[in-house]
Amino acid sequence: MRQNNSTTRLVVLASLLVAMVLRIVPLPMELFVYNPDWVLLFLIYWAIAIPERVGIGYAWVMGLLSDVLTGRLLGQHALAYSVVVFVCVKLHTRLRSYSLYQQVLGVLLLLLVNQVLVFWAQNIKSSNSLGFIDWLPSFIGALVWPFILKVLRWVRRTYHIV
Amino acid sequence: MKPLFTKRPSPNIGLIVFVFASLVLLACEQQALLNPFREMLASVVYPLQQLVSSPTQAVRKFGETFSSRIELLAENEELRREQLLQSAKLTKFAALEQENLRLRGLLDTSFKLGEQVMIAELLAVNLVPYEQVVVVNKGSRFGVYPGQLVMDAHGVVGQVLRVNSLSSEIILITDPNHAIPVQVNRNGLRTIAQGTGQVDRLSLPFLSSNADIQAGDLLVTSGLGGVFPQGYPVATVVAVSGTDNAFAKFAAAPVAKLDLNRELLLVWNKPDPIPRVPDLGSIPKESAGSHAAK
Repeated sequence: MRQNNSTTRLVVLASLLVAMVLRIVPLPMELFVYNPDWVLLFLIYWAIAIPERVGIGYAWVMGLLSDVLTGRLLGQHALAYSVVVFVCVKLHTRLRSYSLYQQVLGVLLLLLVNQVLVFWAQNIKSSNSLGFIDWLPSFIGALVWPFILKVLRWVRRTYHIV
Repeated sequence: MKPLFTKRPSPNIGLIVFVFASLVLLACEQQALLNPFREMLASVVYPLQQLVSSPTQAVRKFGETFSSRIELLAENEELRREQLLQSAKLTKFAALEQENLRLRGLLDTSFKLGEQVMIAELLAVNLVPYEQVVVVNKGSRFGVYPGQLVMDAHGVVGQVLRVNSLSSEIILITDPNHAIPVQVNRNGLRTIAQGTGQVDRLSLPFLSSNADIQAGDLLVTSGLGGVFPQGYPVATVVAVSGTDNAFAKFAAAPVAKLDLNRELLLVWNKPDPIPRVPDLGSIPKESAGSHAAK
């Protein structure tokens, strides 16, 4: 079993290395525009196939390496990959049972989510507005949640809204 | 056959932890707190970049080894002729430089001169399609620093964006996020040249329609902004359109061969200006006196 574990890890890591090579392979510019995010595609496969082995931790580390590999801010791909792989791990039974064309659509959706997140983080860089204070509304919102829950539950029960 | 529901992973906490960690990293990178960490990751990635780049380099080496003798002779001849021309120009330039320094000394303006260069080789890797950033094989171990001027034999190529220990990323002047302060060499008109994302095109958005600029004008760095030293050729104006109405458009083509280069020059711009008056004895007494009187 131990042997099996280490082989699995080796194979997964080797495949991800191949994906990273494909990511930066020197195609001519016209073709390079079409070069997809191989690292994420490989991660999605492993996350659906063996979700108990390849999870968000893998995704996060691979994201950091992709950030450095493609010259992004640290954390852009890490963030996007974690979210996408989380969805894959969560829904892996469903995704496995999809027919091929449904899987294609699912993967398309995941890749788009990834790209939106990466672009979003990129724009934060240019607008230079990611201070800690900018995140405070979310934190305060989370702190306020228990009160909202209590109050609105009281309102609902008072007026017998079922 | 594996049972389906024995080891269901519970990734919820993981997601929160990792998303939070990513956000913290993003926030920290704004203040450039994580350079050592980044360099560590970069040293993991560097062998990969070398690996990807090696076939291209091998093909080039192969071509060099087996190029025919006649070709080499022709190239040699060409280079020798060029060398002769350049050195003739250079002797004239030396005299002009001295004169320029003397005159600037009289005018009492500071002037930076004397730059050091190093050749860096491009790694054949593509980063992102919508950005024009390239990787070269010289990093902080060679004293490369962010913001450093990068050029080729013809003109300015870009500036150093990010430095790792063995490699560094260079943003080209044609990147859409890049702008470079320039002036028209003919009349000293200053403006800013922005990248367009096309490798052969810069735009000059901040010019009025009656600006004294025409196709063929050479744009050189103006030295404003403090990143690029003054006087390096950047681009030539290629198209001027719509000067009869208020919406004139000016486009320029970089003089550097941005898409053909394999070797780039990293330029060290000495921070302290060299002495303004190099040889006091050679300056007539009365002009030195008037200089003091000012």
